[in-house]
Amino acid sequence: MAFPIFLPATRIARLVPVTATTPEARTPDTSVARPDRPFEKPASAVSTRSPASRLAVLVTIVGTALVMTSCTLPAWGAKHGATLQGHDTFKLWQGLVLAAIIVGAIVYGLILWSVFRYRRKSDAIPRQFHEHTALEVIWTAIPLLIVLVVFFFTVKTENNVDALAPHPAVTIKVTAFQWGWKFAYEHDGVTVLGETLQNPEMVLPVGEAARIVLVSADVVHGFYVDAFDFSRYAQPGVTNRFDLTVRHAGVYQGQCSDFCGLYHTEMLFRVAAVPPAQFRAWLASTRHYESIHHTYIT
Amino acid sequence: MTILQERTESGLPHPEPARHEPAHHAARPSGFYEWVTSTDHKVIGKNYMYTSLVVFIAAGIMALIIRAQLVQPNNTLVTFQQYNELFTMHGSLMLYLFAGPFAFGGFANILVPLQIGAPDMAFPRLNALSYWLYLSGVLIMCGGFLTVGGAADFGWVSYAPLSGSLYSPGTGADMWIIAIVLTGFSAIFTGVNLLTTIFYLRAPGMTMFRVPLFTWTMLITGLLILLAFPVLGAAMIMLFADRHFGAHIFTVAGGGVPVLWQNLFWFWGHPEVYILALPFFGMVSEILPVFSKKPIFGYKGMIFATIAIAALSTSVWAHHMFTTGVVLLPFFSLMSYMIAVPTGIKFFNWIGTMWRGQLSFTVPMLFAIGFLLCFLSGGLSGILLASPPIDFAVHDTYFVVAHFHQVLVATVVFAGFGGFYFWYPKFTGRMLRSGLGKAHFWMLFVGFWLTYIPMYALGLDGMPRREATYAAGRGWTMLNEISSAGAVLMGLSFVFWLINLWISWRNPVAAGNDPWDGQSLEWYTTSPPPPHNYYKLPPIRSERPVWDMKHPEHLKVHQPEIHVPAGVASPGPGAASAISMPDAGGSRGSNSESGEGG
Ligand code: HEM
Ligand SMILES: [Cu+2]
Ligand SMILES: [Cu+2]
Repeated sequence: MAFPIFLPATRIARLVPVTATTPEARTPDTSVARPDRPFEKPASAVSTRSPASRLAVLVTIVGTALVMTSCTLPAWGAKHGATLQGHDTFKLWQGLVLAAIIVGAIVYGLILWSVFRYRRKSDAIPRQFHEHTALEVIWTAIPLLIVLVVFFFTVKTENNVDALAPHPAVTIKVTAFQWGWKFAYEHDGVTVLGETLQNPEMVLPVGEAARIVLVSADVVHGFYVDAFDFSRYAQPGVTNRFDLTVRHAGVYQGQCSDFCGLYHTEMLFRVAAVPPAQFRAWLASTRHYESIHHTYIT
Repeated sequence: MTILQERTESGLPHPEPARHEPAHHAARPSGFYEWVTSTDHKVIGKNYMYTSLVVFIAAGIMALIIRAQLVQPNNTLVTFQQYNELFTMHGSLMLYLFAGPFAFGGFANILVPLQIGAPDMAFPRLNALSYWLYLSGVLIMCGGFLTVGGAADFGWVSYAPLSGSLYSPGTGADMWIIAIVLTGFSAIFTGVNLLTTIFYLRAPGMTMFRVPLFTWTMLITGLLILLAFPVLGAAMIMLFADRHFGAHIFTVAGGGVPVLWQNLFWFWGHPEVYILALPFFGMVSEILPVFSKKPIFGYKGMIFATIAIAALSTSVWAHHMFTTGVVLLPFFSLMSYMIAVPTGIKFFNWIGTMWRGQLSFTVPMLFAIGFLLCFLSGGLSGILLASPPIDFAVHDTYFVVAHFHQVLVATVVFAGFGGFYFWYPKFTGRMLRSGLGKAHFWMLFVGFWLTYIPMYALGLDGMPRREATYAAGRGWTMLNEISSAGAVLMGLSFVFWLINLWISWRNPVAAGNDPWDGQSLEWYTTSPPPPHNYYKLPPIRSERPVWDMKHPEHLKVHQPEIHVPAGVASPGPGAASAISMPDAGGSRGSNSESGEGG
């Protein structure tokens, strides 16, 4: 690719003293939760008065609402979301997995029950029943209500995750290319650039909204940080914008997620979240360095 | 026009082929010559089936190499380039050249005419053309490995502009595109054939609401093929034009729109998911009733659920594009969620079919139950993926790999091989050994969970798909080892199947017409069926005429006494040849009510 690559390799480590290296926080940090998230409100949007399905709907709504407000559910194997946005996703995940487990338990239970209970005991021909309209209506209506409830919470979380802060603390233009990343702090005159295993590092302020403007210089790539529970495609001809508000200082591993050719496997990067003061000091010193050496940080 | 049968005392009538077989069949070609020249739907169907199974084995071996590469971090068993070719060809062979052709080329080709009492497909020569296009596609796509640059290496979805000539200049890529255009046409022709056959060649009495569910799913699948495959073919031709004629449809530099590729591709791609699933749903709907000794529960509900799934499946394609940032998330999310409803209906109906039955756990039944257990897991993770924020978190990770393998292996492999064990006696006249079949099932079943559950965990821990290796420090080694061990189990289970085929070939055990106490029409004729399938037909008064014949006391709708003019009730060679005349079919279909009217 046409990007000039220079490697002051050890420099970044000195500039960014890392405060915490665990990529994910075990205890969700509620102190930074945004007050403007009406997330805890129980669901009252869905209503039905059909007596046959009322109970199931009640269970679903109460269950899902409980789940949505609770932080004590298991993680079900997922990362807790090191950004505010990712943490919202994580909470949705916790609730939806619980709902899936409940539904799964019921259906698995029914399958296994019929398999074990009705195994052949004689050559008698069982009663030949064909259908049961009321039952069929019920098992159409209940799943429909469940998915509508799930959809309701999905849309809420999705709006939070995709929301753009009116005044982000920093805007970073991320250009993906075969096979590496360029992080340009355009307002601050700083650029970080690195190919494959050089692991270029994006520096972000903790607790402040960072706007990412994502583009691709060639093929489709994916900007993916697993600890953030988030990914977005970098595509030629498309400019994607999203915010990352990192909750905890630390260094997070990132990787190209969409297959982009021969060295896709090695298209790695890191995100270092540092306290805001330290972030601004890094910007200033790096700008100074770049102005003297006419080269980019890797 | 009516062809009515007397019921023989012993249950099933014997078609007595020697007496009725028209003279020109005496000189039927055999062996290789038959294979090459035949337009018989059963021969073409078998060609399709065995070709697709060879493709399956080849793609399975590629999967095992992939799993071998991933068993250790920083492994160098294959190079990056080889790895990229392997997963591309594994996915492409499995999806384009195995799963679909196995269903609508293999099973549907043989079964649809048998199930509706037709002598052949509506367009036998078009059917043959389908197969030869398909075989050409297989050879051309695999031929990519012989080119200098190797086979296609941009993933089975071939996202533009990576698949353009700038980034993927090789001949292997061109051969991949051409192969898909050819098999795409073959699929379209098969779709046309299926629709025409099902609409026009049904036997007397076989009204639409008496058509067996497998044939119903093939009808809807045929519709979906006609909707989706032209778009795929067009997209491939556009890609080819981009690569060779500078069309710049998908390149920014030439004023094109790369993301258009994703829209076109998935506009085919999601219906394709159901083109691959519905036929296998249909097979399960045939197997469960037989081994529960009951009718399918909610026959009409199943049909409407199938139609609803097909209709919805045309408006969910962008759930594969949630992370592109250019699609309307709530719409595609809601549509995707809605598909869970008719799919749920199917599940409950399958459970209702087993409910209070007398279940016998033959090999096909085990595979069908295996399908239920495996598909449910993949379906539930699919509901999670329909939520855009969750998709953002796990898109293009092993979570998605686990999800789509669970649904695909459940349908194509579990239900598909259930169907294979179920209908093999009908296709060949020989039984498969049940001990080996059960060993096949259990090993596959255990391997399935071992392979894919760790992949969910890997995806949640951030392992992206399509990466040729991973760093030791990420803690992914153990889960990958378990997954690879499961894959070996899955692979080895097919050895039992091959041995089973071998034994049934060397030591045949005759199957008889109706080895399973079957219900639908195909169990009435001989195994294997004679040319043009039926010498006579039983009365068709429900979706399970053979069962009705064996158990007249359970007939759902009691028919008025039928008065038959003398001479019709005892069909001689005249009736048989009427059926075998292809052009007699059109009028028979429209008279389908006459069987009960009398
Ligand atoms: C023995 C059973 C199988 C195993 C162990 C297996 C394994 C895998 C693995 C590990 C990958 C991911 C490769 C990567 O992302 O780096 C993969 C990809 C894939 N597999 Fe399978 N697979 C099996 C059967 C199937 C079946 C039956 C189908 C379809 C009917 C299928 C369809 C696919 C597809 C479409 C891909 C995606 C290819 C791509 O990313 O371009 N696989 N398989
Ligand atoms: Cu990339
Ligand atoms: Cu889809």
